[in-house]
Amino acid sequence: MTETSSMSPQTFRLQGVSCAGCVKKIESALGRVSGVEDARVNLGDKTLVVQGSATAQACIAAVESAGYGAEAVQVNARVLRAQQREEEQAHYRQLLWRSGIALGLGVPLMIWGLVTGEMGVHNTAQQIAWGSVGLLTLAVLVFCGGHFFTGAWRAFRHHSATMDTLVALGTGTAWLFSMLVVLLPHVLPESARHVYFEASAMIIGLINLGQALEVRARGRTSAAVEKLLQLQDPNARVIRDGEEIDIPIDQVMVGDKLRVRPGEKIPVDGRVIEGESLVDEAMLTGEPLPVKKAGGDALTAGTLNKNGSLVFAAEKVGADTRLAQIIQMVKNAQSSRVPIARLADTISSIFVPSVMIIAVVAALVWYNWGPDPKIAHMLVVLTSVLIIACPCALGLATPMSVMVGVGKGAENGVLVRNGKALQQATDLDTLVVDKTGTLTEGAPKLTDIECDGDADALLQQLASLESRSEHPLAEAIVSAAREKQLSLSDVQGFEAITAHGVRAEVDGKTVLLGNRKLMQREGIDPGKWTEKAEALAEQGRTAMYAAVDGAMAGIIAVAGPIREDAQAAVARLKKLGLRIEMLTGDNRATAEAVARQLGIDHVHADLLPEDKEKIVADLQKNHAKVGMAGDGINDAPALARADVGFAIGAGTDVAIESADVTLMRSSLHGVADAVELSRATLRNIKQNLFGAFIYNTLGIPIAAGVLYPITGMLLSPVIAGAAMAFSSVTVVSNANRLRFFKPSQNGGTA
Amino acid sequence: MESVVINVLGLAAIVLTVWWFWLAPKGSRQPAAGVAEALQILVKDGVYEPDRIRIAAGKATVLKFRREDASPCAEWVLFPDLEISAQLAVDQVTEVQLPAADAGEYPFHCQMQMYRGTLIVE
Ligand SMILES: [Cu+2]
Repeated sequence: MTETSSMSPQTFRLQGVSCAGCVKKIESALGRVSGVEDARVNLGDKTLVVQGSATAQACIAAVESAGYGAEAVQVNARVLRAQQREEEQAHYRQLLWRSGIALGLGVPLMIWGLVTGEMGVHNTAQQIAWGSVGLLTLAVLVFCGGHFFTGAWRAFRHHSATMDTLVALGTGTAWLFSMLVVLLPHVLPESARHVYFEASAMIIGLINLGQALEVRARGRTSAAVEKLLQLQDPNARVIRDGEEIDIPIDQVMVGDKLRVRPGEKIPVDGRVIEGESLVDEAMLTGEPLPVKKAGGDALTAGTLNKNGSLVFAAEKVGADTRLAQIIQMVKNAQSSRVPIARLADTISSIFVPSVMIIAVVAALVWYNWGPDPKIAHMLVVLTSVLIIACPCALGLATPMSVMVGVGKGAENGVLVRNGKALQQATDLDTLVVDKTGTLTEGAPKLTDIECDGDADALLQQLASLESRSEHPLAEAIVSAAREKQLSLSDVQGFEAITAHGVRAEVDGKTVLLGNRKLMQREGIDPGKWTEKAEALAEQGRTAMYAAVDGAMAGIIAVAGPIREDAQAAVARLKKLGLRIEMLTGDNRATAEAVARQLGIDHVHADLLPEDKEKIVADLQKNHAKVGMAGDGINDAPALARADVGFAIGAGTDVAIESADVTLMRSSLHGVADAVELSRATLRNIKQNLFGAFIYNTLGIPIAAGVLYPITGMLLSPVIAGAAMAFSSVTVVSNANRLRFFKPSQNGGTA
Repeated sequence: MESVVINVLGLAAIVLTVWWFWLAPKGSRQPAAGVAEALQILVKDGVYEPDRIRIAAGKATVLKFRREDASPCAEWVLFPDLEISAQLAVDQVTEVQLPAADAGEYPFHCQMQMYRGTLIVE
């Protein structure tokens, strides 16, 4: 019963394992279990990971036979996330405590200094008093700021320097100098006998506080993934041996029959076997209207069953479900980099050592050329410069915005593949759109059939012919015949003539169906039908010529109805400054009719599939930034060639993996949403980068004392500490503002 | 006298900084660790340990990261050239699946680039 899909490894927690000998024993015991491909014990966290198709029970039995205990662990994304949440909370509280204690010492000291102005050491009593304060401060440095020092030391040993390095150097210098003043006041000039214990304590307190706030704000940036995770129910109702039982979702296997009642979520991907119901897929696709599902229809995990009871067969479970893929993809995209971050990346990689050098140079300048008290000034400048610079703000400026922006996209049915795609979508100026499936409904319908004789007889012949064809238009003809309950005949010698049409023998007659080129090729004069065909094309229909035994028989027309929201979406895209060009394999007249109705000015008609890519390339040669929207399968080369490929079409698995942007909803509104979102995200990134650059480029010189001639004062290290602590909080908070982004007009209201 | 001492100390600090953080690592790198089954990359106190990891080219690999630093810096590990990233859970081993890659050096780092490491594919 507790069998898991052979694809995903099973994890067990082990009891009684203590040495390498135990590991050997367990692994060899499992080696004898059939279906185990690989078994590995991790002594460190006492877990066992088994790969293969063996059942969990068999594995547990094997471990027990070797004399140890084992229990299956469900490493479920949701549980993991909850654990992480808890860790985060614990860390948050710990930071607040550290901050509170450090500030509890620092604030009274600072007030004392401000009120009495007595921070100097001039006699023994003061030496004793400040000496004890110094020891208290040391305790604060160790207990509240110890992690900065250990972190700095470890990084130092690896020839690297981090924010910890700066904090440790800054607070350490202030404390050491103050201790020197306390212990040996005589070696220093009178004016420099000043202690800075309050600065050390305050800085440690403020930076801990800043990190606490950052941890909290960060929690919110991952809200989108959390929402997606919550779409999954922990349990599923499986029908086994005619009985319905609730089992954890991780134990559902491919092929299981499952029941979903009204109001329940679909637990895994599958196909309906029994029942009919409306399913709300808005959470994944953004499609506002529930979709009717009946036998044979696909169901997607995470969507909501509205009104009927369904029985379905599981086709994809665990990490293979579309929901799991989406979550994985969003997570990946969220932490990818945007090209715009390159400069910031370069800077932050050399940042900390540079700041250390600047600090020493500034300190020496003050010592050699500054006004008295030189030593005091030198120390304040050194400490302030070290403390004010924070590589975090710079490092976080882009990832935080990308994280929120990508998550926001997922909430709106826009899946962005990575940061690069997100950035490129902002400056698109041309959007090339594939007509079928995007502007018009994917499945065309037969609209007209005109002939001199019996229309049904012709339809029967053509449908028989087309039943062999894989062309999308063929299906329209076949289903029209089926609707009229015409029975199809056998077909001999079927032949598809590329870019022309099809030909075959139906009931002993040679039947041809195709465009005018086909008739020309076959030497058949279309006669009066040309006019009729043109008239139909004017109306946006695709007309085809039919000939039987070498003579024109009539014409039939097929059309994909224009999508309801296409016109509004096109208008919206134009408003965003995009030039829209339509691509289609249909003839020019048909294409232009559709374009007219939608307000599209540029049409490329009569295209072969390979032409689409060439058109995109040509546009790019003219320095256009081209976006391409298509349904992902036959448009793949053009989608790949475009600066940003938008795969439209309810996110087929292939599209999710290959397109730059996947739109879960089959609507051009998704492209507009994506463009708006990427522009909003890039704006946010620029604000963050600007903020971080400004903060550091202004902060460091101010800390170095460039304002001294004007203000007559140096920046207090405490202020520098506060500024540093809050710079990264500002960046994270600004990124979080993106969470309130809303597409300008959600096509969903239509 | 005092001023000479301070200036010399300051200049020495600058020279040492430049040498230790920028010049030295290129000369005296620790040997890169190969990926053995037991290899765990410890994420702690601002560094990956080991921070140079050797893997075979053209073969998908799994790296195990153990994050012991709760501070937000360590939360993600990114392999930008491979378009791979992973969120690391605190005090747990997180497996990161790397696709087959061509030979070369690929840097990996945390979101803010405070943690840095190099993946050597050969
Ligand atoms: Cu940091």
